Amino acid sequence: MTGTEPMTGTEPVTGTEPVTGTEPVTGTPPLSATAPPFLEVRDLVVDRADRRILTVDTLTIRAGETLAIVGPNGAGKSTLLLALAGLLRPTRGSILVEGVPLLPGRELAYRRRIGLVLPAPLLLSTSVYGNVAAGLRFRGVPPAEIRRRVELWLDRLSIAHLRDRPASQLSSGEAQRASLARALVLEPQLLLLDEPFVSLDAATRAQLLDDFERIGVGVPMTRILVTHHLHEAIRLGDRLAVLLDGRIRQVDVPERVQAAPIDEEVAAVMGTAERVRGRVVASADGLVVVDTGAGSGVDVEERAQRMLARARGEDVAGRDASGDGGGPPAGA
Amino acid sequence: MSSDLVEITLLSLAVSGAATLVSLLVGLPIGTWLALSRFRSRRVVLSVVNTGMALPPVVVGLFVALLLWRSGVLGGLGLMYTPGAMVIAEVVIATPVVVGLTAAGLGQLDPRLQLQLQGLGASRWQTTWWLWREARLSLLAAVMAAFGSVISEVGAAMMVGGNIAGQTRVLTTSIVLETGRGEFGNAIVLGLVLLALAFMVNGVLTWAQQRGPRR
Repeated sequence: MTGTEPMTGTEPVTGTEPVTGTEPVTGTPPLSATAPPFLEVRDLVVDRADRRILTVDTLTIRAGETLAIVGPNGAGKSTLLLALAGLLRPTRGSILVEGVPLLPGRELAYRRRIGLVLPAPLLLSTSVYGNVAAGLRFRGVPPAEIRRRVELWLDRLSIAHLRDRPASQLSSGEAQRASLARALVLEPQLLLLDEPFVSLDAATRAQLLDDFERIGVGVPMTRILVTHHLHEAIRLGDRLAVLLDGRIRQVDVPERVQAAPIDEEVAAVMGTAERVRGRVVASADGLVVVDTGAGSGVDVEERAQRMLARARGEDVAGRDASGDGGGPPAGA
Repeated sequence: MSSDLVEITLLSLAVSGAATLVSLLVGLPIGTWLALSRFRSRRVVLSVVNTGMALPPVVVGLFVALLLWRSGVLGGLGLMYTPGAMVIAEVVIATPVVVGLTAAGLGQLDPRLQLQLQGLGASRWQTTWWLWREARLSLLAAVMAAFGSVISEVGAAMMVGGNIAGQTRVLTTSIVLETGRGEFGNAIVLGLVLLALAFMVNGVLTWAQQRGPRR
């Protein structure tokens, strides 16, 4: 929209569906909504070099759910994940595992109930089989059981043919599959994934994402996924936690966080921050016409003559100042 | 000469081997701790260790001699002018080499590897073992450097061993003696034996270093 002429007409703007911060959105509640908590975080604070990098007042991860933690780089996502993995001792605060506090010095027993996948495959310089078997060997699982489980998970991740290959000879996609198999073979109660697909090209990532989703079906496992790819978070997460500047700003089902971000910064993370400043020029039947100077946006909250419109691109229709109508406004 | 040569060579090998072994037992844990822990004065300690890698053997010999001398702190042990005294001095020379190269080798690994191993349920010992395994090229280089520094060392061996025939005479001190006497032929033979010994030991270590799957 290029014109600056204010829209004065009363004709309805077509194709708009207002979104508010207060309107309830019918999101599907996660299957695990009634499950008991697996992890509870209370007043968790992590300082590094006299700087506070993480503050989590409260966070509950229910058994069987997938919690996706999203946020920009440097928000503290990986720090939170490492703290939840018992690999980073917080400055203060507590983590309860099935109601029992995770005490300093007792982390090993807890770490043997979890699986961890980091952004890089970090494979050991041994065969694929040796890598996938590593965690089971740490736990002292009998060799026959190790062989059965490793072969099962190599097969599930479609890398059975690479069984005896040195890890150094794998492609990045194969290496990340081996890394996932290495965590999944543990059949952990809690699987912690830190950007597990970030090092992959788009095609490999899509394929692995499909496989990962398929494998997850019917496996009773609580998952925490850290990602800055919103579509991954929405696709895999039963709930989303938006982390900004070391604080969790909103936790809810993806649909609700997307439709009703708690503030502008969360909206920016959720990609719903096509903001257009404007002035309400007309209002009828719950529909508000806003003059933005550069285009037209919509918001049902008519709090003042001047306002900030917030809407997702697909919910906004604009009209060119020339009067042709239709189509989303420029910048929306 | 030939029976002497065998005796001297075996003593060289025994003293250097024992010193290398002890320096590994002491240096490997310290180097690992330095590489994996984070504390304020870590850089200062690393600088001290790296300086220690260049310790002049005669200075080490001097201080060990002062300790082991009859009136010294450890004089009561009666170790002066024994192979034991030579092992002590050479451990002092080789340990900083092992500590420094172990810390450097482990420091080159991806720092997330430790987290990944722990995240897979590895205990502290299992984590350390696998990190050593991943850094084995550097660790074997540390063993070679430690052995090299003690097998070729002459100053400390002379000062605390005394170059006593049949007791503390090793290849390097013999070369000094023979050269001093103008017996260059003997000195050259001893020199060749020393080189052959170093070559054999390092050959075995290099073979161990290079076998197995590479990273």
